[in-house]
Amino acid sequence: MRKGIKNWGPPLLLVSPTIIILGIFVYGLIAANISVSMSDRHSLKPAENFVGIDNYIALFTEDRFLHSLCNLGIFTLFFLVGTMVFGFLWAWMLDKGVTAEGIFRSVYLFPMAISFVASGVVWRWLLNSAEGDRASGLNRIFESMGLGFLQNPWWSDPTWGMAAIALPAIWQLSGYVMALFLSGFRGIPEELREAARMDGASEWKMYRHVIFPQLSPVALSALIIVGHMSLKVFDLIMAITKAIYQTEVPATYLWIALTSNDYAKSATIATILLLLVAILIIPYLIYTARAEKAHR
Amino acid sequence: MTITTGIEKKAPVATGHGARVHLSRTAKYVLLVIFLVAVMMPVYVLVVTSLKPPADVNPATSWGLPVRWPWEPVAPGGPTGFDNWVIAWEALSGAIGRTFMLAIPAALISSFLGAMNGFVLSRWRFPRADWVFTFILFGMFIPYQAIMTPLVQMKTSLGLPSDISTLILVHIIYGLPICTLIFRNYYVGIPNELMEASRVDGAGMLRTFRSVVLPLSVPGFVVTIIWQFTSAWNDFLFALFLSNQRQGPVSLALNNLAQGAQLANYGAAMAGALLASLPTLVVYIVLGKYFIGGLMSGSVKS
Repeated sequence: MRKGIKNWGPPLLLVSPTIIILGIFVYGLIAANISVSMSDRHSLKPAENFVGIDNYIALFTEDRFLHSLCNLGIFTLFFLVGTMVFGFLWAWMLDKGVTAEGIFRSVYLFPMAISFVASGVVWRWLLNSAEGDRASGLNRIFESMGLGFLQNPWWSDPTWGMAAIALPAIWQLSGYVMALFLSGFRGIPEELREAARMDGASEWKMYRHVIFPQLSPVALSALIIVGHMSLKVFDLIMAITKAIYQTEVPATYLWIALTSNDYAKSATIATILLLLVAILIIPYLIYTARAEKAHR
Repeated sequence: MTITTGIEKKAPVATGHGARVHLSRTAKYVLLVIFLVAVMMPVYVLVVTSLKPPADVNPATSWGLPVRWPWEPVAPGGPTGFDNWVIAWEALSGAIGRTFMLAIPAALISSFLGAMNGFVLSRWRFPRADWVFTFILFGMFIPYQAIMTPLVQMKTSLGLPSDISTLILVHIIYGLPICTLIFRNYYVGIPNELMEASRVDGAGMLRTFRSVVLPLSVPGFVVTIIWQFTSAWNDFLFALFLSNQRQGPVSLALNNLAQGAQLANYGAAMAGALLASLPTLVVYIVLGKYFIGGLMSGSVKS
């Protein structure tokens, strides 16, 4: 037993500052947040009563919050599909050896290095809703290419506006998904492909039975990472439209609640966001931990 | 123990044969170039618009190159294209300086702590080490909104200032999980023999870390420092909730420039967006491989 302590005492001591800090600032604050969400702290005055899940019920019966969830859903759908399609397509085209591959790769990936605030400046302009003579941005391009029918009000559209907001997000994250898929493609042993070819498998069959199964863990990673970024979307919307009802998502609604000192409401929205992300992340973390254990 | 991103090309692969392949090769390059142009398009817009004086920014010519040199005014004595850059620089320079003061220490400190954690978690088996790792890792994925309400309250009740110093603390704390992850995955690749040799020599864990492991850690540090620097630089969420326009980082100043008083001045806003992106872009261009190394570590698997 003493030997045991001698062995694992020092390492535990070294990681303990991190454990304590994260214990307070991640787990402690999450607990604090949940407790605020169950109080009636709707102003600067301290909370008076414990109200249980009343705030949650109020939120889920409120049209405004449901509208923000619906916006988030549309955004997430387009964001996920867009990044997966472009990311896969680019990786697939680059995988089999392309001259100047490095240049294509670097350019496709570079938007990742830019902040949503900075890209919001230019995308706000590109997604300008004016049409016809007054059109600028993308609408102007459509107009001058004779594709005037493609002009649309972008994010000002009441139903599909959130799909337009997904465009800059797709622009920024597709390169990242490409990098993930590319590492997936390149992790497939050449012998596997060779073997499939020897067996006389057609190109499509090889993809269907060799490549896709090998890529599925990567695809899952990409979905989880992009998905959890999408649920948190905030910067981009603030930069393009500011916090307005039209493009409201839970994260921007939270900002409005917090700045109007409705702490209970902002904490409630935060807990819901956390749960949404946890549903996505926790199974994934467990899955990866298991996979790693099996690997050792 | 070099950083591999896993996306570099392996040995050249023999490609197919015949005219069909040539045709599809051409089609592929055409597509690749179209995508290249599409991805670069916003940059073109930024550069071109930033060099046009306000009088020349109108919808009809919005995609065109500037019609005059950036130092030529539209009317004598009027604003020039360069004036956009002057306005942007005046609006952002203070904030850019503050953001360096924020991003550099935040990156260095969380990297160092991450290295220590990563080292311990990659080598020493103590009870429930896996749980400890997952405990730390979870902090990487939480939406920061989930802790923002109590964090703002905590900041107020502790009387912390709404400036860079608070943000440094916050970025160090919430950078710990990713730095720990990157270093753990990096140290798993160090051969055990190296450690054993130093342990046989009677070196304790700290000595081993300092004299054997740290000197080998440069590539790991490059990755985490770049990652932390970029995320602190680009952060908007913490900046908005915890600091203010006057004392905050460049993301706030840029947002103010773009949406604030000079609403109509797209040229200055775009010049500002370019200025604010320059440091991270330079890092990406010069140290791209390490930047991607950090990105890939986000997918948990080493």
